[in-house]
Amino acid sequence: MTALAPQDRPESRTSDSPSPAPPSAAPHERSSPLSRVGGYLGLLLVILVVALPLYWILISSLKERPDIYTVPVTWVPDPFTAANYSRVGTGVAFTDYLRNSIIITTVLTVVEVTLGVLSAFALAFLRFPGRSLVLLFVIASLMVPNQVTVISNYALVAQLGWRNTFAGIIVPLAGVAFGTFLLRNHFLSLPKEIIEAAEMDAAGPLKMLWRVVLPMSWPTLIAFVLITIVTEWNQYLWPLLMADDSSTAPLPVGLAQLQDTAGLTNWGPVMAGTVLTMLPILVIFLLLQRHMIKGLTAGAVKG
Amino acid sequence: MSAQPIAATRGTSSASAPPAGTPARPAAKAGANPPGHRRRDILLAAAFLLPNLVLLVAFTYRPLVDNIRLSFTDWNISAPMASFIGVDNYVEWFTSDDSQLVLWNTVVFTGAAVLGSMVIGLALALLLDQKLFGRNAVRSLVFAPFVLAGAAVGVAFQFVFDPTFGLVQDLLGRVGVEAPAFYQDPEWALFMVTVTYIWKNLGYTFVIYLAALQGRRAELDEAAEIDAASTWTKFRRVTWPQLRPATFFLLITVLLNSFQVFDVIDTMTRGGPLGNGTTTMVYQVYQETFVNQRAGFGATVATIMFLALLVITLVQVRVMERGREA
Repeated sequence: MTALAPQDRPESRTSDSPSPAPPSAAPHERSSPLSRVGGYLGLLLVILVVALPLYWILISSLKERPDIYTVPVTWVPDPFTAANYSRVGTGVAFTDYLRNSIIITTVLTVVEVTLGVLSAFALAFLRFPGRSLVLLFVIASLMVPNQVTVISNYALVAQLGWRNTFAGIIVPLAGVAFGTFLLRNHFLSLPKEIIEAAEMDAAGPLKMLWRVVLPMSWPTLIAFVLITIVTEWNQYLWPLLMADDSSTAPLPVGLAQLQDTAGLTNWGPVMAGTVLTMLPILVIFLLLQRHMIKGLTAGAVKG
Repeated sequence: MSAQPIAATRGTSSASAPPAGTPARPAAKAGANPPGHRRRDILLAAAFLLPNLVLLVAFTYRPLVDNIRLSFTDWNISAPMASFIGVDNYVEWFTSDDSQLVLWNTVVFTGAAVLGSMVIGLALALLLDQKLFGRNAVRSLVFAPFVLAGAAVGVAFQFVFDPTFGLVQDLLGRVGVEAPAFYQDPEWALFMVTVTYIWKNLGYTFVIYLAALQGRRAELDEAAEIDAASTWTKFRRVTWPQLRPATFFLLITVLLNSFQVFDVIDTMTRGGPLGNGTTTMVYQVYQETFVNQRAGFGATVATIMFLALLVITLVQVRVMERGREA
C-alpha cells in the first residue's frame, strides 16, 4: 500500500523511513510513554469507527439470508456464500449498471482531461485579449451548485430528446472549471527558462504542449484524472434524473433501485451491490492515493 | 465526491497563485514576437478554450439565469408553457411552516457537518502526525470513505442503522442502551444522516489538516519546547495559528459541500420521516421539482439557496482576507 503523504515537499516530515533522525526532528514526535499509550488507544478507536462499518458491509454481503437476520449479529459469515453476488449479477441488471458506469466515467474523464489541458494551456501560455476575464469566467462557475442548474438543464436535455441517453448524462457534466484552474496554476509554476527555451527553438505551441509542458506535469495531471474518475463514478443526482432504466443508469443509481426493491427484506444482495459499487474506486484509491491527495491539498494549506 | 468547490476558494484565496491577469512571461517579450505569432496565439486560444466555454455557458451559466426566470412561474416540469406568477413562490416559501423546518434542517445538518468533520478531522490529523506504528495504514483508512459514492454509503448505512438487525443497535445493546428510533423520530433521523455524512467526509478535512501540519515550521515547535510550554499552550499559541489558512479553506469548502448533500439523504431517508424530517433545501428542490411536479417552486428554492451560499461565501472570503491582514 502506498503511504499516505499529502505533500512531497522536501521539508515535509512524513517519512517513516528508518533513516537516522535529523537533528531537527520535530519535538512532538518525541513523546512520553503515557501519551504514546493514549496515541495507540486513539488509533484503535479510529480503526473501530472507520473500519467496522466497512467490515460489516463486506461480511453481510457474504452471509446467507438467515445469518443476516439474526439477533445478536454474527461477526463471521457461517457459512460464507457468494450467492448474493451471483443474484446481483443475474437478477437486477447489475452488469448493465457496471457497463454504464464504465462508459460514463471513461468518456467524461477523457473529455474533461482533454478540455482541461487545452484550456489551461491557453490560459497559461497563449497571449490573447481578455485572458484574465476568461479565467475569472471559468473560476466563477465553481460557485454555482449543480442543484441550482439541474432544473433548467433537465428541461433543455428533455427538449433535445436526450433523456435516457449517454449524451444526456455526459454532455452537461463535461465542462471543466476545477481542473482548468488546477492545471493552469501548475503550468505557471513550471520553470520559465525551459518554456522560453522551447519557444526560442520555434517549436509550435502544440509541440511545446506535447514535448515540454505535459512531460513536466504528470503528477498534477494524474491527480486531476483521479479526482475526475472518483467524482464521475460517484455521480448520483444527475444520472438519477436522466436515466429511466438499466440501459443508461450507472451503478449508484442502480444500487438505489436495488435498495428500493430488495432493501429491508433482503439486505444480502443490496450489500453485495454496495461492495461492487465501492470496490473499483477503493482499489484505484489504494494504488494511487498519494497522487490524489496531492491534487486535493494543493493550494489549501498555503497562507 | 465533489472536488469542485475546493477550487472555488483557490480562485479567491490562494495567495500563492499569480494574480489572474499576470502574463506567463514578461510582457516585454510580447512585443518582440512577430505579429503572425500573435494572430496564431489568438486563433489557437479560441480553438482550445471555446469547447469548454460553450459547455460552461450552456450548462452552468444559462441554467443559472434560466432558473431565476423559472422561479417566477408556476411551471410543472413537463408542460410546454408556464405562466408568470410574480413573487408568489417566494412569498409561499418564506411564509410556509414546511420551509421553516427545511431551513432548520439545513442549518443543523450543515452546521453539525462542518463543525463535526473539522474538529474530528483536526484531532485525527494531530493524532496521526505523531510517530505511531501503523499510522500510514490508518491514514489511508481514514481517507478511504471519502472516495466512496455517497449513494453507496447511504444504502449501506441504512443497514448499519437498521433498528433490528443493524450494527449500531447491536453495539448499543452491548452497553445496555436501546437504539433510538432512527427511522421514525425526525430528530434521530437527522442525527443519523449527519453522522453518516461526517463519517464519509472526515477524510477530506483530515488530509487538509494533515498537510497543513506537515507544512508547518518545526523551529516554532522547538522554540515552544524550549520554553517548556504545556501541550495545550503549545497547540493554541504555536500550532493553531499556523493552521489558520487551512481552517478558513475548510470552512468554505466543507460548508459549500455539505450544503449540497443529496445522495446520502435520498438513499437513507428520502427526506423523511414524517414528510420533511430530514429534508434540506437541496432535497426540497428535488422533491418539489421532480416528485411534486412544481418546478417553478423548486426553482425558487434553488435561487434562494444559491443566493444564501453566495452571501455566506463572500462573507467568509472577506473575513479570511481581514484575518490575513491582521
